[in-house]
Amino acid sequence: MSEHNVDPSFLRGLTSRRLGRRDVVKLAGLGVAGAAVAACGVKGKATGSATQAPDQVAKFWAGKTAGTHIDFANWPLYMDPEHPELKKFSAQTGISVTYKEVINDDPTWFAKIQPLLSAHQPIGYDLMVMTNGVEFQECVELGYYAPLDHSKMPNFTANAEDKYKNEAFDKNNVYSVPWASGITGIGWNPKYIKTPPTGMNDLLNLAYRGKVGMMSDTQEIGNFGMMALGIAPESSTPADWQKAADWLTKQRNSGVVRKYYDQDYISSLTNGDIWITMAWSGDIFQQNASAGTNLQFLIPSEGGSLWTDNMTIPITAANPVGAMQLINFFYDPAIAASLAEYINYITPVPAAQPIIASDAAAASGDDKAALEQVAKSPLVFPSQSDYAKLHYYRDFKTPAEHTQYQSIFNPIVTS
Amino acid sequence: MTSGRLRARLIPYLTILPGGLWLVVFFVVPMVFMVSLSLQQGDIVHGFQQTWHWQTYTTSISAYKDQLLRSFKYGLISTLLQIVIAYPIAYWIAFRAGARKSFYLFLLLVPFFVSFVLRTISWNFILADNGIVLGTLKDWHLLPQSFHILATGTAVVGGLTYNYLPFMILPIYVALERVDPRLIEAAYDLYATKVRAFRKVILPLSIPGIFAGVVITFVPVSSDYVNAHILGGPTSTMIGNVIQNSYLGTQDYPTASALSFVLMAILLIGIFAYARALGTEEALEVAAR
Repeated sequence: MSEHNVDPSFLRGLTSRRLGRRDVVKLAGLGVAGAAVAACGVKGKATGSATQAPDQVAKFWAGKTAGTHIDFANWPLYMDPEHPELKKFSAQTGISVTYKEVINDDPTWFAKIQPLLSAHQPIGYDLMVMTNGVEFQECVELGYYAPLDHSKMPNFTANAEDKYKNEAFDKNNVYSVPWASGITGIGWNPKYIKTPPTGMNDLLNLAYRGKVGMMSDTQEIGNFGMMALGIAPESSTPADWQKAADWLTKQRNSGVVRKYYDQDYISSLTNGDIWITMAWSGDIFQQNASAGTNLQFLIPSEGGSLWTDNMTIPITAANPVGAMQLINFFYDPAIAASLAEYINYITPVPAAQPIIASDAAAASGDDKAALEQVAKSPLVFPSQSDYAKLHYYRDFKTPAEHTQYQSIFNPIVTS
Repeated sequence: MTSGRLRARLIPYLTILPGGLWLVVFFVVPMVFMVSLSLQQGDIVHGFQQTWHWQTYTTSISAYKDQLLRSFKYGLISTLLQIVIAYPIAYWIAFRAGARKSFYLFLLLVPFFVSFVLRTISWNFILADNGIVLGTLKDWHLLPQSFHILATGTAVVGGLTYNYLPFMILPIYVALERVDPRLIEAAYDLYATKVRAFRKVILPLSIPGIFAGVVITFVPVSSDYVNAHILGGPTSTMIGNVIQNSYLGTQDYPTASALSFVLMAILLIGIFAYARALGTEEALEVAAR
C-alpha cells in the first residue's frame, strides 16, 4: 500500500534518466538481464561551473515570448490565501497564475523534479521557490535553472537590498532572486510554557518531555546542534558535526523530543501536541493571524539560522518570460510591502518599510497595531546587529563532504 | 507432421507468454535495475557508477538493523491484532448478518473511498494530546497530563492495524462463508458443544482465510512508511521510512535499493517458511473447494 505514495513521475524519471526510455523498451523486449546490468551506471551532468557566460543567457532567452499562463510552485504559509498580489498581476498583464503550495521541504521537492529535469522534461511549473542549500547547489551544478535575464527585471536592480544582490550561494543572482528570507529559531506556546525560553537549553528541558519539536531537515538540526555548542556552522569541520550530532542524540535519547517535523510542526504547536519547537519566523506570525493563537517566537541567545528562499525558473519552463515578469512584479515596493505585511518574513526590498508604515498610519484598530508591528519587526527588517546573531547553513565544497554530513546527522532523524 | 508436433509443444509456452511478458516488463526488469543500482557508487551530481560495491549491503544493514527489526516486530504485532479483531467481525458477517451480508461488506469497503493518507492524518486529530479523546479523559483526571499516544510505537501499530484490517476481514469472511452448514449441523448431531464445533470444524476450515489474510497484510504492514511518518515519533521509524528517506531525502539510491532488497528477501523467506509450516497445499485445497 505504501507504493501508492510514490510519485509515478519519480519512478518514470528514474528509469528514463538512467537509460533513456527507448533503451528500456529495447531491453524489456530482449529481457536480457545481463545486458541491463552492464549498461547501468548513471552519467553525471555536472557543468562544474556556477556562473553562466552572458551568451548563455542570450541563448536561453532568444526567441522566448511571454505565454498567457504561469504555474508557480511555492511553500505553504508564503502568501495570503486570497493571493491579492497575483490577482493584481493578472489584472495588469493578462497572464493568469496558478499558485500551488507543493513544496514542503527541499530534498523531497528536488527528488521529485530531478528525474524530469535531467531528462529535460517540463516539471509543470514556470517558477519555483527553493532554499539556499544543498539542493539549490545541486540544481545549479546540474544546470536545472534557467539563467535569469536581468534586463527583464529592472525592479530587482532598482529595489533589492544590496545584501541580497551578492549572496554567496548565487553571486550576482545568475539563477535566482530572493522571495523572502527567514530565521529558524524557537517557537513556543505560552499557554503551556510559563517561563519564557531563552535559548537552546530550553530544548533540553526535561519538564517538556515529549513536548519538544525538532526539524527533520539535517541542515536545520545540524545548525541548531552546532549553535548550541557555540560552533559557527559556516566554518564547521566534520569533528564539529560529530559534536553537534552527539548533542542532538543526547537530546533525543533524553525523551524530550516528540518528533522530527517538516512543515507540519505548526499545527502540532497550535493544538498543544508540542509546546516548544524549532520554528520559522514568519510561520508563527501567520498562524497567530489566521488561527487567533498567541504563539511566540524567539531567536535563541546562541543564535538562529538565516536562510533565503529563492525564486528560480526551471530550465524546461513553458513560460519563462512570464515568470520573469512575475519576478519583476514582486520587486515593486508596493507589492513587496503587501506580501511582507502578510507573511512577516524578511523582505529583500527595503523600500517596503515606509509603505508598510504609511499603511499602518492609514489603518485603524487591530490592523493598525499589527501593521505597526510588522514595520518595526526585526523579523521582517532586521538590523545589522540582528544579522550578526544569525548563521547560514554549512556550504558543502564537494559531494563527499555532503555525504559525510548526511551520514552524521541522518541517523538522528531516522532512528 | 513435425510442424504440428512443434506447435503442440509450443502451445503451453505461448499461453504463458502474455503473463510472462507482463512479469518481465513490470517485475524482472525493475528488479534488475534495482540490483544494479544497489551495487553502484556515486552521488546525484556526478552520477552513479557500477562498481559492484557489495559493502553497501553490509553497511546499510548494520546501520539500520534496529529499524529492520522494529518493522518486523510492528508487522507481527499488528497482524496478530488484526486476526483477533477481524475474526469475530468476519464470523458475525458470515453467520449472523443474514440478508444484510452485502450491506455490511459494503460498509467494510466504504473507508476506501477516502485516501488512506487522509484517514491516517485524521487520527492525528482524534488522538491529539488535548483532543476529543485524550483531552476529555485528562479533564476527568483519568489520565496524567503528560500522557500521549501519538508519536509512539503504539500509535504506529494502531494505525497499521486500522489501515489494513479490511484486508484481513475479507479473506477470513470468504473462508467462513464457504463452510458447509451441514458440517456444523453434523457436529451438533454428534453432541459437540458450540465451542467444540467451532474448534474442530469451523476454525480448521477457516485457516486458509487466515493464511491468505496474513500474507496479504503482513508484507505491506512491515514495509509501510506512511503510518510511522504520520503517527510515529523519534524512535518508531520503520525500514520503509529509511528507504523513503534514502531515495527522496538524501538521494542515496544505492542504500535505498540495497535495503529494499534486504527487506524483500527477508519477507520472501518468512512467507515461504510460514507457508511451509501451515501446509499451503492443504490450505489451498480447502480454499479451492
